[in-house]
Amino acid sequence: MKPAKKLPAQHAIGVKGEPGQEITLTLSGRLALDNLSALQAELQSRLEQLRPAGLTVDLAGLEYLDSAGALALIQLQGESQARAIPCRLLNLSEEARRILDLIDPETLTRPPLIPEERVTGFMDQLGEASIRFASDLVQVITFLGDLLTSLWYVLLHPRSVRWGDVLFYMKRAGVDGLPIIGLIGLLLGLILAFMSSLQLKQFGANIYVASLLAVAMVQELGPIMTAILVAGRSGSAFAAEIGTMKVNEEVDALVTMGFDPVRFLAIPKVLASMLVVPLLTVYATLFGLLGGLIIGVLGLDLTVYSYVTESQRAIELFDILSSLVKSVVFALLVAGIGCQRGFQVRGGAEAVGSATTSAVVAGIFLIIVTDSAFALVLHYIR
Amino acid sequence: MDKIPVIEVENLTARFGDDTIFAGVSFQVFKGEILVILGGSGCGKTTLLKHLIGLYRPPTGRILINGVDVNSRSAKKLRKLRMDFGVLFQSGALFGSMTLAENVALPLQEYTDLSPAAIGSVVKMKLGLVSLAGYENHLPEEISGGMQKRAGLARAMALDPTVLFFDEPSAGLDPITSVELDNLIKAINAGMGTTMVIVTHELQSIFNIAHRVVMLDKSAKGIIAMGDPKDLKEHSPDLRVTSFFNRQPLEAKEVSA
Repeated sequence: MKPAKKLPAQHAIGVKGEPGQEITLTLSGRLALDNLSALQAELQSRLEQLRPAGLTVDLAGLEYLDSAGALALIQLQGESQARAIPCRLLNLSEEARRILDLIDPETLTRPPLIPEERVTGFMDQLGEASIRFASDLVQVITFLGDLLTSLWYVLLHPRSVRWGDVLFYMKRAGVDGLPIIGLIGLLLGLILAFMSSLQLKQFGANIYVASLLAVAMVQELGPIMTAILVAGRSGSAFAAEIGTMKVNEEVDALVTMGFDPVRFLAIPKVLASMLVVPLLTVYATLFGLLGGLIIGVLGLDLTVYSYVTESQRAIELFDILSSLVKSVVFALLVAGIGCQRGFQVRGGAEAVGSATTSAVVAGIFLIIVTDSAFALVLHYIR
Repeated sequence: MDKIPVIEVENLTARFGDDTIFAGVSFQVFKGEILVILGGSGCGKTTLLKHLIGLYRPPTGRILINGVDVNSRSAKKLRKLRMDFGVLFQSGALFGSMTLAENVALPLQEYTDLSPAAIGSVVKMKLGLVSLAGYENHLPEEISGGMQKRAGLARAMALDPTVLFFDEPSAGLDPITSVELDNLIKAINAGMGTTMVIVTHELQSIFNIAHRVVMLDKSAKGIIAMGDPKDLKEHSPDLRVTSFFNRQPLEAKEVSA
């Protein structure tokens, strides 16, 4: 029967008998998937037009029948049955009979075990989103608690740390990130110095470009920019890595072997980030200051010496230390949220993707919120 | 059985780097036949299957399905060819983010102009064929491994292909589920006349469903036997073949002989 597939995709329906009487439909040609829509519609309309007292379907001229064609025949029988019209199939070939037998008419009308998702209103969605947000918050806080207790344990038992992993992630998050972080720091310094010099030039206050840049880079931009880059580079990578392990049941394997997955998987990543991000912050800040120096020397006719002394005068040791503390906290948050999102993964590839996105978004959000808290607290401590 | 060749493999070689997996493999699969490719681990069963479905491009030899080269460069021919065969992968390979209905509907949406209602009815019918009626809106993760395979089969059959390929259909299934799947494969073969190529090393499955087997061997780097499995078990002169069918490691057999 299959070679008939090469014939033109056509079927023909002939009618014998008068409307309202005993009717014979002759179905011939090819009843297949590609003309299923047309076939279903035609059979339906014939049934409605003719309103037969009895229906006989003659299949003597049938050249090709696949399961979709068989489906149309079974639907026709079902439709007739619903209208209390006796329906029988005539001249059914052995092959066609076998295909028809394969399909159980009952399965065609069985309702889905899970109803289709209904479209919900705005209030429902708002409510669901709030519940999701609240439970997410609880999960993040729980995980943070887990992480901090594990960190405390690690502090007391430094030999329990997988230092090889820590070094590996220090390389991945730190060394491998040097080029991009240096480049962005430099460009940020250049842009900031250039834009502020345009304004300060008007007052002859060129020399304050140095102090402005020093304060901005050391206190805010250095730590924030570095943390955001680490969230994008490493937070996402941690989420994807742990998420994939979750999908592959590797995390379950760890649990059954008696490892604490947080200590085994998250601690090396978080520790590595906490060690490496302050260094990256210093590095980024230095490059930012270098950018400012380039503009100061080339564009504002300052000497290197005067630029450097002015920068030094603008920042105190307290600023540098607070910026380092900030960057350690940012590292904890960014790496922590990356791991937490990874552990949250359930399902397949799509869940890993959304965990990765969420790790970056939540990471940046936490950085900004924590930074505002720092701004307030530092203001009063100083 | 009418002997119309549906798949023709001519002088096929498979290589990974400098490693030759097999060479000079030729055989045919006839219309309506269930052919099982078997052999021990590492003999290249799955590699052969991936060649057959066009995922790997062979260094030499060619493969025709319904007369079309699976490595044809014509996009039009390949499109037609892809409608002509379906593949059930070892894990089912369902898309995790889609419901079963969406998984099965995917090829229908891509390759036909059917209305959504018609697609819906075909999907329901296909899921019914594999005894998954009612599971349209389930996600793959919400059903068991055996059900995932059946759903994968429903998707592979969505377009009523003339050929179905199966990679280790019984892997990871309990014996009863595995027999059920075998029976389903047999029923579909008998009902729709679909030609089937199955890679497996499950002896029970082989004797249950295979019309003919092709046996590969790692050291021979090619086919060492072809034919009816029961015949081969009883009458093959080749020790490697009989020891496989009788579940006896070759070394032990040689010692006793």
